Amino acid sequence: MSSSAATSPDALPEIRADRIPLLLVPALALLALPLTGSFSTWVTLTFAGLAMGMIIFIMASGLTLVFGLMDVLNFGHGVFITLGAFLAVSVLGSLAGWTVSERMLLNVLVVLAAMVVAMVVAGAVGLGYERVIIRPVYGQPLKQILITMGGMIVGEELIKVIWGPQAIPLPLPTAFRGSVLFGEAAVERYRLIAVVIGLAIFAALFWVLSRTKVGLLIRAGVHDREMVESLGYKIRRLFVGVFVAGSALAGLGGVMWGLYQQGVTPQMGSQVNVLLFIVIIIGGMGSVGGCFIGALLVGLVANYTGFLVPKVALFSNILLMVVVLLWRPAGLYSVGKR
Amino acid sequence: MLKRVLSGDLPRSRVLATVLIVIVVALALAPFVFPGAKALNVAAKICVFIVLVASFDLLLGYTGIISFAHTMFFGIGAYGVAIAITRMGPTWAAVAAGVAVALLLSFALSLVIGLFSLRVKALFYAMITLAVASAFQTLASQLSDLTGGEDGLSFKVPEVLTPGFSLVERPFLGVSLNGKLLSYYLVFAATVVLFLVMLRIVNSPFGRVLQAIRENEFRAEALGYRTVAYRTASNVLSASFATLSGALLAIWLRYNGPDTSLSFEIMIDILLIVVIGGMGTMYGAVVGSALFIVAQNYLQDLMKLASNAASGVPVLRDLLHPDRWLLWLGVLFILSVYRFPFGIVGKLRVRALAKR
Repeated sequence: MSSSAATSPDALPEIRADRIPLLLVPALALLALPLTGSFSTWVTLTFAGLAMGMIIFIMASGLTLVFGLMDVLNFGHGVFITLGAFLAVSVLGSLAGWTVSERMLLNVLVVLAAMVVAMVVAGAVGLGYERVIIRPVYGQPLKQILITMGGMIVGEELIKVIWGPQAIPLPLPTAFRGSVLFGEAAVERYRLIAVVIGLAIFAALFWVLSRTKVGLLIRAGVHDREMVESLGYKIRRLFVGVFVAGSALAGLGGVMWGLYQQGVTPQMGSQVNVLLFIVIIIGGMGSVGGCFIGALLVGLVANYTGFLVPKVALFSNILLMVVVLLWRPAGLYSVGKR
Repeated sequence: MLKRVLSGDLPRSRVLATVLIVIVVALALAPFVFPGAKALNVAAKICVFIVLVASFDLLLGYTGIISFAHTMFFGIGAYGVAIAITRMGPTWAAVAAGVAVALLLSFALSLVIGLFSLRVKALFYAMITLAVASAFQTLASQLSDLTGGEDGLSFKVPEVLTPGFSLVERPFLGVSLNGKLLSYYLVFAATVVLFLVMLRIVNSPFGRVLQAIRENEFRAEALGYRTVAYRTASNVLSASFATLSGALLAIWLRYNGPDTSLSFEIMIDILLIVVIGGMGTMYGAVVGSALFIVAQNYLQDLMKLASNAASGVPVLRDLLHPDRWLLWLGVLFILSVYRFPFGIVGKLRVRALAKR
């Protein structure tokens, strides 16, 4: 806020790209290198952290965009994650022959099918959810928190009605199991795949947001909603689209999170929700880039501390959030007026 | 007289007054009217939840702050008593020490959380308390030397409160007057006192300022009230009462663990009760707790009947499965937020107004 005082009066105001947060991820990784002891352990841990971070990013991206655009924080976001994971169980279960097949193509196809089904169904449910749960309480933060919390309770119970209350194992397809050796470092194959998918999703989101008209409108809406509305754009319709896309991404994230943990429970969404909140607070509410960096930081810190000081790992996310907020109280990238 | 006891905040609806009288009389006579250990357990749990939910109502209903760390303070109270008795033996001194330390800890924590994060918007506060509460729950299950970890702590209470202690030899009205009965009346009396104190607080000038902040924070600030100070005070008060209700729970159960006092499920229960009962009414806590806990314990039996009756219809059968009772309360919760924002109590009061 007070940065304007620091600039000299004759300098023209220019938008300077803020690159310092970008350095955090490599800096953290380098910092951990001497601590872990061996290079191969470090590679394994770093990949594990990046994979976890990528999956968290996919799950959290919708949450932060929806908040940025309409000041709506969906406490029921976790339901879409759980839904995605359970759909993956159903798809992989119904195509069990393909899942255990030795042929890689079939393995890839079955996971792709699970992802598509999860995204379509979660997106469709998101459309209804927006209509029934969120639309009636726009601009009333207190009611919004309560209603979306109610949405989470009911959603979780409905998932129990459909799939039953018990935990279900979700084994990885054959081709995704095992590890790849880089020199002496073993990296689990699925983690490698998760990193690739996460990067692809981030690239796609980045492209949409920075290179298309819709993306321009979304970014403008996040920055100043009223201005965009006064220029004649229907930001409500845009918001519904973003909400559906965010729900679909949560569904996709659910599939990947379920496969990552190799099992699903009806509570997994509400459990991971806390983590997602921490990530989007770290990133700066509403910022997709901040969310990406925040997710990677959370993933890396969780894995490094899990190896070095397991007791601290349980609180590493909160510690990370406190440190980041002490440095930048509005998160890594603060967006708009917030 | 009655008006003074209730701090001038009468039920203002004949139906509500009747319901409240029925609940209070039922709770007061519970050991004699409803025999059996389960019924007494339900009654004691209703008492504990009345205090817990009323303390949350002070924060949510009167000040307009959503905190998800309320179970943390509830747990601190319960763990305070449990740890003190485990360490110092089953004496009243241990109970007092446990409650005192727990109150101090809650006071400090709620003050720090309040001062640091009540300046920000409601959403951030909700998120930060959610994170803090989950970290605290992890902490409690990790410090197993102190808290007993996931297993929790079972402990003895002062001898007067144990079932082995009997007041008189012969049973009175068919109920033996033992320590368990005394224990129940300790919980009941504490509930009555604490509830009336909270009713007094919300109807004091201080409580009016809280409501002003809820309605329009900007205007309250413009009138010269330091809203951050008031919001923090509300947070601290609410945390203290939650701590006391936690201590009551521990004394009653003679056990405490993460699932009984710290879990997120309890936080959801509190939210459901306060919204369905009626936010910002205090009496909503009484009506809501009684309704919810009776439903929790007996609705399942009813649903089992319905589920069996619908056993031929596949989806309906699953929807009516006894374990899905939370689904229906969740739906009721959402409808409450939409249709009657002041819950059952608010609805009854509006009806009474319309009749006049």
